[in-house]
Amino acid sequence: MRFSRLLWGAVFLFGVLYFALPLIGTFEFSLGHPTGAAGVPPSLRYYENVLNSPQFWGSLGYSFVIGLITIVVSIALIVPTAFWVRLKVPRARPLVEFITLLPFVIPPIVLVFGLLRTFNKPPLPLTNTNQGSDILLIAAYTILSFPYMYRAVDTGLRSIDVQSLAEASQSLGAGWVRTFWQVILPNLRVALLSGAFLTLAIVVGEYTIASFLARPAFGPYLSLLGGNKAYEPAAVALISFGLTWIAMLLIARIGRGSRTRVAVTGAR
Amino acid sequence: MGLLPFLIFSVLFLIIPTSYLVIGSFKNNAGELTLQNYADLTNPLPLNSYLNSIEISLVTAVMGGILGFLMAYAVIRGGLPNVLRGGLLTFSGVASNFAGIPLALAFIFTLGRVGFLTVFLKDVLGINIYANGFTLYSKLGVELAYLYFQFPLMVLIMAPAIDGLRQDWREASENMGASTFQFWRYVALPILTPALLGTMILLFGNAFGAQATAQQLTGGQLNLVTLLIGRQMSGDVLHNQGLGFALAMGMVAIMGVTILIYLWLQRRAERWYR
Repeated sequence: MRFSRLLWGAVFLFGVLYFALPLIGTFEFSLGHPTGAAGVPPSLRYYENVLNSPQFWGSLGYSFVIGLITIVVSIALIVPTAFWVRLKVPRARPLVEFITLLPFVIPPIVLVFGLLRTFNKPPLPLTNTNQGSDILLIAAYTILSFPYMYRAVDTGLRSIDVQSLAEASQSLGAGWVRTFWQVILPNLRVALLSGAFLTLAIVVGEYTIASFLARPAFGPYLSLLGGNKAYEPAAVALISFGLTWIAMLLIARIGRGSRTRVAVTGAR
Repeated sequence: MGLLPFLIFSVLFLIIPTSYLVIGSFKNNAGELTLQNYADLTNPLPLNSYLNSIEISLVTAVMGGILGFLMAYAVIRGGLPNVLRGGLLTFSGVASNFAGIPLALAFIFTLGRVGFLTVFLKDVLGINIYANGFTLYSKLGVELAYLYFQFPLMVLIMAPAIDGLRQDWREASENMGASTFQFWRYVALPILTPALLGTMILLFGNAFGAQATAQQLTGGQLNLVTLLIGRQMSGDVLHNQGLGFALAMGMVAIMGVTILIYLWLQRRAERWYR
């Protein structure tokens, strides 16, 4: 027993090292690489440079806004659909589940390939304008959010007995719209919030789609910075790690007791 | 009908763009119907991109799977303090989502030519890994970076499965005189195998579709399917539009098979958790 505990401790330690070393390396570089050959003293200058950079705030702000719009669009599409499937047309369930599974099968690089080729000419030449490209970016992110959004909402609906709630609300005289807004939606708060934070975490760091649509997003900004500067990228990478951490902590906080939700094939 | 907005959106931004690639993959540069593009996938450049991608995905799925399983088991059943469990799961949630550009940069700062660990190994321990043939900007480097999000994902998905491995099964098998080896061989592994394999399949797909991390790490120089599609998109490196579409379709086919196997294994795994 003692021996096996030692063994498991060693396994755990190895994992911790794997987790920690890249973060330590990045932190060390973000201070100007003080252990390097030049022997410069550690400095917070690079964080200062980043935080004073309009490109940093501009791209972060852009990605954040795109993320918020994606969340709204995704919720507006998924919630009524999941609600309708559960209550009115269970026959459509396989079709909806199939579509929400497709983003697993069609990787982001293939999705953006198709979007670029489809929307670079009439009838919908969206890639010709900035607004059009923004629309495509939001659309692509919304598609990426379908798998976990739909599952979160569907699980949420299953746990609240929609049927009875809807009937109760209607026998009290509420119409469909009122039932939806005042009864169903508030009951889905936890599912929607965790889906929203996951979407935000994924969208803010996403690179592939944003870069091929030539959007001024955070991912392409960091990629470019990584090629141009020595130490600032380390500071930004650590900040981005912190943002991911905050999003995950928020999800854990609101989703207490519910199962961990994991997103596969996001921004990798 | 309430499903209409969802369906119209999906058709417009998912089905039509994908169909465009499907149709294009059956046309040659003159616009005539052909199967030649699929035959041309066996040309060295596309073929090697598939082989490299499959190799990296397999290696990181298996390594990440084993490592993630051992980590999850260590904190849940390894007799380690209970606080480690919560810590590991929270950190896994973050690490599995820490990918793409920042991840690639973090590895460059750590294991790059002048990275923190590279310098530490050289100056303190006298080991010069770059003189010994290691380079981060290679298949091995990409695998090391991918493992950073692969094994936390395994931890997250396997933790509930290990929790579901009930203590009474172990006691029952001990009562009947089974050794630890026999317990694992005849009870635990057969129960866990579908979940283990299913998650590894998922990890395979996860690595296979990844683009940003490898792009940043190798500057797009490594020949992976995702990177080749990217180069084809921006510069027609294959000198054949249709072949580019076929390349993308091959990827979709491999992902499709991956997901089908995953769904099948997941159904088998769920038998034990009712």
